Amino acid sequence: MSSPAPRVGVTVASPRFARPAALVGRNLMVQKAVPYVWATGLVEPVFYLLSIGVGIGHLVGKMPGPNGAEVPYAAFVAPALLASSAMNGAVYECTTNIFDKLHWAKIYRGVVATPLTPRDIAVAEVASAVVRSALYSAAFLVAMAVLSGTRSPWALLALPCAVLVGLAFAACGFMSACYMRSWTDFDKVMLVQMPLFLFSATFYPLSVFPRWLQLLVEAAPLYQGVAACRELCLGQPSWDIIGHLAYLAALAGAAMAISTRRATKLLTP
Amino acid sequence: MTEPLVMARALVKRFGNFVAVDHIDFDVLPGEAFGFLGPNGAGKSSTMRMIGATSPRSGGELRVLGVEPDDYGPQVRARLGVVPQEDNLDTELSVSDNLYVYGRYFGIPRRQLRQRVAELLDFAQLAERAGDRVNDLSGGMKRRLTIARSLVNQPELLLLDEPTTGLDPQARHLLWDRLHRLKRSGVTLLVTTHYMEEAEQLCDRLVVMDRGRIAAMGSPRQLIERYVSREVVELRFDDEEAPAMASLVNGLAPHTEALADRLLLYTEDGDLTAQAVARRGLKPTNVLVRRASLEDVFLRLTGRQLVD
Ligand SMILES: Nc1ncnc2c1ncn2[C@@H]1O[C@H](COP(=O)(O)OP(=O)(O)OP(=O)(O)O)[C@@H](O)[C@H]1O
Ligand SMILES: [Mg+2]
Repeated sequence: MSSPAPRVGVTVASPRFARPAALVGRNLMVQKAVPYVWATGLVEPVFYLLSIGVGIGHLVGKMPGPNGAEVPYAAFVAPALLASSAMNGAVYECTTNIFDKLHWAKIYRGVVATPLTPRDIAVAEVASAVVRSALYSAAFLVAMAVLSGTRSPWALLALPCAVLVGLAFAACGFMSACYMRSWTDFDKVMLVQMPLFLFSATFYPLSVFPRWLQLLVEAAPLYQGVAACRELCLGQPSWDIIGHLAYLAALAGAAMAISTRRATKLLTP
Repeated sequence: MTEPLVMARALVKRFGNFVAVDHIDFDVLPGEAFGFLGPNGAGKSSTMRMIGATSPRSGGELRVLGVEPDDYGPQVRARLGVVPQEDNLDTELSVSDNLYVYGRYFGIPRRQLRQRVAELLDFAQLAERAGDRVNDLSGGMKRRLTIARSLVNQPELLLLDEPTTGLDPQARHLLWDRLHRLKRSGVTLLVTTHYMEEAEQLCDRLVVMDRGRIAAMGSPRQLIERYVSREVVELRFDDEEAPAMASLVNGLAPHTEALADRLLLYTEDGDLTAQAVARRGLKPTNVLVRRASLEDVFLRLTGRQLVD
């Protein structure tokens, strides 16, 4: 029995990268057409930084940093905003968008009739979200250096760290989109995302919480990103970072595996 | 003997406990146009999706282009063209970008693709609409774009799931013309339809499907010769008493079917039979003598009408 030989002009792109890359290319093509989407993604976290970091910072003054020494409030809150905006961007990008393409526009129905597999679709959508999230994070780091006086060279490593946050939450976003049945299910995503944003030691140190809440926060996914980005941006890295990154990587891996299974069921019944 | 492009043996598709495709056997030979004719829910689309490697089979054997589609999905799909029952064009992209991006999914190099897109726009008579948004196109144009899209990888086998449903007659004839051209260029066509006219127009051979099973197989001519006579006399009655009239036409034709408002008399000579009806003193509101069609075959095989 012979395996089918592709005809001249048709190459079955190599499975690892080329197939999803075609869909990433498609997404970039669509996004180029709506520049304001890019603009809002850049502007929003900077507004947060200005209003909360600089504005509220005036009232609050100083905060204890990771190693106990006091740091200006803007410098304390900025890395947390970096991590949370990576989360928010990735979740936003993945859930609404993907749900629409799955159930309304039915774009993926056309895509699975080509050599692409549901897995390729999951990889491509998550990769698209991560690319965008990385650009926002880089821009935010620059804004941060200007507005809150971040100077440590360790802060450069906060970029890959924020990208990993983006990856983990993009994968979770894709996974949720695959399980949603209607637009009202987005409220449930918000119900998870909001408290993560507010309570992951974003705006004040973990020490203000009672012990039980501290344990809960320490187990939550966004906290990993906030803690790692904060240590790096303030130039006070500890070995804990390895644990935070491993957590995020494991979350990304698990969410991708579930997404692939679920998308396969939905798209190739 | 040439190897079939598609070979199915005892092919089954289940959704939970429901059997959508129930042990069907067929071969599709290179270069032919093969049809699945059947009413709603017969299992046509389910069969097409299994062949198209976008739905795993639940049982039996299936080979497409010589291999198992479940094991070689991407390789099989690389050589197929698929026109789904429902258009699923990329509404966020323009007409020409739809073709371009789809070609990229097949890994076609950019430069080659640009040329191909231009050819396909001409083929689909959409060159003037190249920059338009997909949602601004008419139903017929969308359908032509979907067909053009399915050709971007120069497929050997084209799967068309109800290619002309919902189109007006003019748009339908234009599409048929395009499909005939493809067939002449050597592309094998697999068509599902519930229009017998379409099956007669396009298909060299077809199967009649009903409730997941194959009721009959052959060329349109063969099926008509085997299951019905050459001509049909349709007697229409006003007071919807056609079933009651059935006994009155006894012996006038070798076979009769009684529908809600009509009696169908299958006969070798329609005019003679019509005269015999008149001699019996029956007064139908309308008498029509016509050639038998696949619709009659379907009625004969299943006792039901194809399109209600
Ligand atoms: N994903 C699915 N899940 C559950 N049942 C399904 C699914 N797809 C199809 N079916 C069922 O399988 C049966 C056959 O459906 P299919 O779409 O193959 O029919 P069809 O011949 O294409 O009909 P139509 O002419 O209406 O397109 C139907 O009863 C349908 O409800
Ligand atoms: Mg169908």
